[in-house]
Amino acid sequence: MNPEAKKSLLAPLVDQNPITLQILGICSALAVTTSVKTALLMSVALTLVTAFSGASISAIRHHIPGSIRIIVQMTIIASLVIVVDQLLKAFAYDTSKQLSVFVGLIITNCIVMGRAEAYAMKNSVGMSFLDGVGNGLGYSLILVMVAVVRELFGAGSLMGYQILPLTTDGGWYQSNGMLLLPPSAFFIIGFIIWGFRAWKPEQNEEPDFKIHESHSHTASGSH
Amino acid sequence: MEDLLSLFIKAVFVENLALAFFLGMCTFLALSKKIETAIGLGIAVAVVQTITVPVNSLILNFLLKENAILPGVDLTFLGLISYIGVIAAMVQILEMILDKYMPSLYNALGVFLPLITVNCAILGGSLFMVERDYTFVESTVYGISSGIGWALAIVALAGVREKLKYSDVPKGLEGLGITFISVGLMSMGFMAFSGIQL
Repeated sequence: MNPEAKKSLLAPLVDQNPITLQILGICSALAVTTSVKTALLMSVALTLVTAFSGASISAIRHHIPGSIRIIVQMTIIASLVIVVDQLLKAFAYDTSKQLSVFVGLIITNCIVMGRAEAYAMKNSVGMSFLDGVGNGLGYSLILVMVAVVRELFGAGSLMGYQILPLTTDGGWYQSNGMLLLPPSAFFIIGFIIWGFRAWKPEQNEEPDFKIHESHSHTASGSH
Repeated sequence: MEDLLSLFIKAVFVENLALAFFLGMCTFLALSKKIETAIGLGIAVAVVQTITVPVNSLILNFLLKENAILPGVDLTFLGLISYIGVIAAMVQILEMILDKYMPSLYNALGVFLPLITVNCAILGGSLFMVERDYTFVESTVYGISSGIGWALAIVALAGVREKLKYSDVPKGLEGLGITFISVGLMSMGFMAFSGIQL
């Protein structure tokens, strides 16, 4: 694998993580993380959509007129999401019910649009595909981290298997019900961001924020 | 009537789109630095939400539902693409109307208006309307109230963040990190409303 391809695949995992650094796609990151299973399924769905939308938008990038490019991108993404949604309904019906509206919301997930606009419009098909996979994986990483914490300590289980026996079933673990409620997701992501930035202090500064001007203030720490 | 009132209270406080379903988070976090921008964006979202949810309800009931156009034709799988199309078109139309008749509001909203197309709160509102099978009247009320709820949340967060500027936050938690934690606390506060019975 050549170094550039490796970079576009691996950089979004930690160094340019879409969630903790680019603040993209947080909407769904929080809502589907009460159990690892839904989080994994959502990650797979999003990674597929990002990768294939990147590839197809990149393939026709020379033919898209600049003024209507957002609509074209949106149509491609929406069609891919419909495919994923139908596949999920066909093969994983119960989990797709739990994901409820959040599969549909992949359309407006800023990661997909952001990568299409910032990367796929300028780069070759293969590279855009890899970039999509990389960003999807970066998103998945955070999603699974949050989901593991929430499911393990909130319900004492992982992927539905009981790991910590609950006191209600005669075990020793007193579950923390708050972790299954919405606010905990905010706290966990906040702490993950703190952890990432303590590990890589250079993320406290701007350079990675060039893609989205309006987001740049959040990590500058200048206030 | 009481049903509608309870739906209204529920959508504004108990099932707040931003704080209970995490919708519209990207803009919610990125544009809540100042109270003025937050108010502008909040109003824009509330207006677009009020229009798009009922319109999408009409589209669903008269075009996409099984047997709606032709007997035996079920187009519900086209839902996602039609809703986003409606939203994009509505935002565009609203932009033109505001530009012509209310230029001051148009200038105040500025760049936020086109951004609303990709705000998950808007699409999320329509998808919840579909999932919960609201009638036309219910979806109108739901559109208004969920928009107001979102606007309320972003204005409140902007108020908190304006004060947060002056506080001494640990390095690394500054900016995004502490914002997440304050949103978490706000979300916990809003959960207290879930005890409301109407």
